[in-house]
Amino acid sequence: MAGVKVLEYADLISGPYCTKLLSNLGAEVIKVEQPKAGDYSRSVGPFPNDVPDPEKSGLFLYLNANKLGITLNTKTETGLALFKELAKSVDILVENHPPQEMEDAGLDYPSLRQINHRLIMTSITPFGQNGPYRDYKAYDINIQAAGGLAYVTGDAKREPLLTPWGQAGYQAALNAAIGTLSALYWREASGLGQHVDISVQECIASILGDVISFYSYMGMVKPRCTTLSDLSGVTIWPMDIYECKDGYVDICILEPHQWQSFVDLIGNPGWASDPKFEDRRLLFERTEGQEVPDLGPLIKEILKKYTVDELFHGGQQRRIPITPVNDAQGVLHFPQLKERGFFVEIDHPEAGRLTYPGAPFKLSETPWSLERPAPLLGQHNKEIFSNRLRYPKMELVKMAEAGII
Amino acid sequence: MARLPLQGIRVADFTWAWAGPYATMLLGLMGAEVIKIESTKRPDHSRMRSLAAGPTFGGPNQAPIFNDLNLNKMSITLDMTRPKAVELAKRVVRISDVVAENFRPGVMDKLGLGYEVLKEVKPDIIMLSSSAVGGTGPNRHYVGYAPTFAALGGMAHLTGYPDSAPIPMMGSSDLRSAATSAFAILAALYHRAQTGEGQHIDLSSTETIAVLVGEAFLEYTMNGRIPTREGNRDRIMAPHNVYPCQEENSWVSIAVATEEEWQALCHTMGDPAWVKDEKFSDAYRRWQNQEELDRLIGEWTINYSPTEVMEKLQKVGVAAVPSFSGLELFQDPHLKERGFAKEVQHPAIGKRLVVNAPWKFSATPAEVSRYGPLLGEHNQYVFGELLGLPQDEIQRLVAEGVIN
Amino acid sequence: MDRYALSTIRILDFTWAWAGPYCTKLLVDMGAEVIKIETNKRPDVARWLPPFADDKPGLNRSGRFNKRHRGKLSIAVDMTTEAGCDLVRRIIRISDVIAENYSPRVMKKFGLEYEAVREIKPDIIYVSLSAFGATGLYKDYVAYGPNQAAMSGLANLTGYRDGPPMNLPTAIADPTAGLNGAVAVLAALYYRSKTGKGQHIDLSQTEMFTCLVGQPIMDYVMNGRALSRDGNRHQIMAPHNFYRCRGQDKWVAIAIASDDEWHRFCDALGNPSWASDEKFSDQLSRWRNQEELDKLVEAWTINHTPYEVMEMLQKVGVAAMPAFNGEEIYHNPQLRQRGFLVEVDHPEVGKKVMPGVSMKLSETPGGIRGPAPLLGEHNHYVFGDLLGMSPKEIAQLEEQAVIY
Repeated sequence: MAGVKVLEYADLISGPYCTKLLSNLGAEVIKVEQPKAGDYSRSVGPFPNDVPDPEKSGLFLYLNANKLGITLNTKTETGLALFKELAKSVDILVENHPPQEMEDAGLDYPSLRQINHRLIMTSITPFGQNGPYRDYKAYDINIQAAGGLAYVTGDAKREPLLTPWGQAGYQAALNAAIGTLSALYWREASGLGQHVDISVQECIASILGDVISFYSYMGMVKPRCTTLSDLSGVTIWPMDIYECKDGYVDICILEPHQWQSFVDLIGNPGWASDPKFEDRRLLFERTEGQEVPDLGPLIKEILKKYTVDELFHGGQQRRIPITPVNDAQGVLHFPQLKERGFFVEIDHPEAGRLTYPGAPFKLSETPWSLERPAPLLGQHNKEIFSNRLRYPKMELVKMAEAGII
Repeated sequence: MARLPLQGIRVADFTWAWAGPYATMLLGLMGAEVIKIESTKRPDHSRMRSLAAGPTFGGPNQAPIFNDLNLNKMSITLDMTRPKAVELAKRVVRISDVVAENFRPGVMDKLGLGYEVLKEVKPDIIMLSSSAVGGTGPNRHYVGYAPTFAALGGMAHLTGYPDSAPIPMMGSSDLRSAATSAFAILAALYHRAQTGEGQHIDLSSTETIAVLVGEAFLEYTMNGRIPTREGNRDRIMAPHNVYPCQEENSWVSIAVATEEEWQALCHTMGDPAWVKDEKFSDAYRRWQNQEELDRLIGEWTINYSPTEVMEKLQKVGVAAVPSFSGLELFQDPHLKERGFAKEVQHPAIGKRLVVNAPWKFSATPAEVSRYGPLLGEHNQYVFGELLGLPQDEIQRLVAEGVIN
Repeated sequence: MDRYALSTIRILDFTWAWAGPYCTKLLVDMGAEVIKIETNKRPDVARWLPPFADDKPGLNRSGRFNKRHRGKLSIAVDMTTEAGCDLVRRIIRISDVIAENYSPRVMKKFGLEYEAVREIKPDIIYVSLSAFGATGLYKDYVAYGPNQAAMSGLANLTGYRDGPPMNLPTAIADPTAGLNGAVAVLAALYYRSKTGKGQHIDLSQTEMFTCLVGQPIMDYVMNGRALSRDGNRHQIMAPHNFYRCRGQDKWVAIAIASDDEWHRFCDALGNPSWASDEKFSDQLSRWRNQEELDKLVEAWTINHTPYEVMEMLQKVGVAAMPAFNGEEIYHNPQLRQRGFLVEVDHPEVGKKVMPGVSMKLSETPGGIRGPAPLLGEHNHYVFGDLLGMSPKEIAQLEEQAVIY
C-alpha cells in the first residue's frame, strides 16, 4: 500500500488498529490527536514499572507504531480548517467519533466529499450512522452485549461474560479495513471515493457462529455454553478447556478419526468404546429421551494425569487438535511464533526497546513493515504543518500557544 | 508588641539616592535599626532633587521623596573627609550587622571603608555594594542611574510602543534593584546565622534588571532572534491591552486567556454581531486580528468608567482592572482596606500618605513606624547612647565639624 | 450503477470449515465471483453441522453452511483424478485469487502449491490460511478456532474471576482469521492493480489472533506480568458488568467511565441514598468497591427489563445495552432498520434470515447475491460458460465421476 495516504482521527482501538493494518502494509498514516491529552489510550496501561506516562502506554505503543503523529484541536475553527486541508490531501480518512459530533463540526462525509471527491471516509461507531440507536453511548462491554456475543459466552448458570481487552474494537477495525480496501480497489476503476459506515454491533453480530441460524432455522435461542453440548448442557463431545497436571489445554475434536486418536492417546479407557461416540451425527439424531453419557467428568478425570506438553505434542502427533492454553508469558515464548519471526523489537525514544506482536500476515511481494515506533505527542507537527502544508515555524508556535495544535 | 522579623539587626546605611535607600528601608520596615550616615555638606540626592518639591520646597528636611524612601530610619551626619569621622563611622559599623552602600565602585575604598577594612572592624560584617554595573569589570567606574539600568539590562528595549523608541523606565528600576539588594542581604543574614560568616555582596543594578527579562535572552540563545517592543501585546493572549474609557485619559486593562473568558466577555458586551465573525472564532484568530479586536472592544469600553468595566467583567470571571493613576491608588477602596497607604506625621512637612510595607506577616507585622529622619536627627542617640561617647566629646566633634 | 466494489474479481475457493469460507464470504458480498470446489466424498464439514432446517440433517440444510456460503458458486470435482486437477488448472487460468485453508502439505499433494500455480497464472494472488502458518515447527499441527483462542492467550484471560479459563465455542478466532484474510487479499489486489504482480499470502491463524491480545502481551513485555481472568471487570470503569433484569436469564450491560456519567446515572435512578456514599464518590473508590456497587445496581435493575434500563439510561447519556440473545438479535430494530438482517430464499430450505454485510459502503454497498449453493450446483455454468466446454464434454466428465 505504498503511496496511499491515510488520515486517522480516532481513539483507542477500533480506528487505530484499522489504520495500523494499513500502515503495516505500507500506507502512510497521519494520526490526529488533541493537544495536551492525545489519544485516550495514552492514559491506559500497561506502563513500564507501573508508572503512568502518556508516552509509555503499552496499548498506545502497540497500536500506533509506524504512524506519524500530529496534534490538532478540532474544537477550534483554525483547527478544523487545518483538518480539512489535510483531508484534501489524503486518500483515506478513518474516524471513530459519534455521528452527531462529526456533523456538528462540519466533518461528516457530505461535507468532506465537497473538498475531496476521491476521499474514502471510514466511520466506525457503536451502532452506525443511522437507526434508533445511532446516538446511543456504548463501550466495549455494551457492544458485546448488543451484538449478542455476551449472551452466549460464559456459564449458563451465571451472568454473561465479556471477552476482554477490547475485542469489539478489534473486530470493528478488521471490518473497517476490509470496507476501506474494497472502496480503495473500486476507486482505481471509478475515480470516486465513498463513505464506509461501520457499526460495531453488526461486526459482532456477524461472528456469532450459529446463534442467528439457530433461531432462524429452529426458532431456538442458543444459550451460554463452553463446550459442544446439546441444549441441556451435557457434554457430548470433547470440545472444551481442560485442566491437566501443569496447566490447561484446549481440545477441539471435530471429526470422528480425531476422536479415535484421542481415545488412543488417553489409553483406551473402557467407557470410550461406547459406539455412540463414533459418529457425532448419531448423537444429534438421537430421539427424545434417549440417554447420552456425559463425557465431561470422565475426560476431566483422565486429563489431570498428563502435562500440557504431553497432551499438546502427543495429541498433535496423532493429528488431534489439542493446544496449550497460553498466558502472556506462554505466548511470548511460543516456539512457532518465535520461529516465524512474529515478534518485533522496536526502539522508542521514551519507552525504550520493547517487543511487539507483528503483523498478522506474510505477503511474499509486499512484506509487512513495522520499524518506526509510535509517535510522541505532536512529534510530526513540524513535518506535516511546516514542511508539507508550508506554514512558517513561527506560526506553528503561535498556534501551539493558542491551543490549536 | 509583636516582635519584628529583623528586630535586633542594625544596618550602617551609607546609601543615597534611590536604589540603595529603598533596600535599607525594606529592612527597616521589617524591624532592623537602620542608621543612615549622611553629611550636611553633601546631603542625599533625594533630599535636594525632588520631583514633588514644588514651590514650597524649603530645604533638605522637606523633601517628600526622601521621606518616602527613608521611613523608619535614623540619621547621623559625619563629614567623611575627616579621618575622625571615618573612625566614628567604623565604630558604627562595629556595632552593626550590615553595611550598605551604593557609591561608585572604589569610593568606599578611598574613604577607608572598603570591605577588607570593615572586615577587620567586624569580621562577620555583611556588606552590600550596589552599583550601576557591578564592582568588577571594565565599566565599573561608569556612572549609572535608573534609566541606564533598564537600558543596559535589556528591559528598556522591550518596553514601549512597537512604532516608537524604547521607553526609559524611570525610578522603578532603582526600586527593583533595591528589592533584589534586600533579598541578598537577608540571604547573607541567614547564612551568617547558620555559620557565623559574613560576606561582601557585589550587586549590579543592571544585572538585577536583566534577570527580569530572561525569556528575551533565551529567545536569542535558542533561536538567534532578538525580541523587540510589542506595546501591550502578549505572546498569545488576545484581547490583551488597555482600553479607553469614558473620561479623558482613563483606561482599563483587559486580558483574556481562555475560551470561557472570551465567551463571558462577549456576553457582557451584549453579544454584538461582530463577535461571531470568523476572525475572532478561536484564540489563534483573535491574536492574529487583535488590532481590529482592540478597536472594537474600545468602542464598548468608551461608554463606561474603568471601575464600571472592572466590576462588570470581574463578575463574570474576566480579568479587567483599571489603569490606576497615583491618586487613584490612594483612593482605591481595595487598597485602602488592605492598608496599602499609611499616614505619617512629618515634623516639617506635616501629614503625609506613604506606601506601607508590601507584605502582611501574620506573626511579625512589618510596617511604617516613623517618618524619614531629619538630617542628623539621631546624632545624640547614636554617638551618645549607642557608641557611648561622653557628652563633651560629642560637642567637641560637632565644633570641629566632624559631626556636621 | 455498479453496486459491487469487486465485481471484476474471480476467486477459486478451496477453503472449508469456518475461517477460510468466512474470508471468501466477505469478498463475495463485495461482488467477487467465488467458485467453491467441493466433492461428494468430503463435503465441507459445515454442511453437516446443525442447526438444520426442520431439524432434519442434509447437505444443503445446514443453517451454518447456508449463511457462510451465500452467493458463492459450487462445483464438485474429484481432485484425486488427473482430469479433475486439469479442470481446476483451467479455472485457475481465468481466476484472480486462489484461497485455501488446508494444512500446507495438502495443496502440494494436488500439485497446486503456489509455485506450481504461478506457472499457470503468473499474477495469481494465492492465499494460504492455516492454523500455524505455512512454515515453522508446528506447521503440520491441527488447531481450530477454540484452540487459537487458547494459544493466543485470550482464553486464559476470559472467564469468571474465580473460575477456570473459558473456552470460546463461538470461536471468534475463525471469523477473525477470515477478516484478516480479506484484508490481505484486498491489499494484494490493490498492489496488483498498480504493478501487475501477484503474490503468496501466508496467514497463520495463531498470529492473526494473537494480534488481538495487545495489552496483556505488552504488560508481560514491560513488567514480566501474566495477567489473569477478571470476569467482566474493567481496568478502571465501575460500574462495569452485566446486571440481572426482570425475566428469565435477562441481563443488561452497564458501563460508566466518568464522574459525569455517574451523576447522570444516579439521577436516573432517582438518587438513592447509597449513591451518595463516600465509597462511591469518585471513579477510583467506585472501582475499589465495585463488588458492593454491583450488588446495589443489580438491586435496581432486577426490577426492570433490559429494554427499560437501556432507554432510561441512554436518555441521559449512560452506556447501557441489553445482552441480546439470538431471538432478540433476530428482531433487533437497529439491525433491522440498517438492513443488516437479510432474508434469503434457498431452493431447498426456503426463506431464512441471515446476517448481511457488516460494512456499508455508500457507492458500492455490496450485499447478499443469492443463497448458498447446492453441492455442485454450478458445474454447468463454470465448465460450460466459463471454460467453454460443450455439454457433451461435461456429460462425459460426469460419467467418469470426475465431476459430480
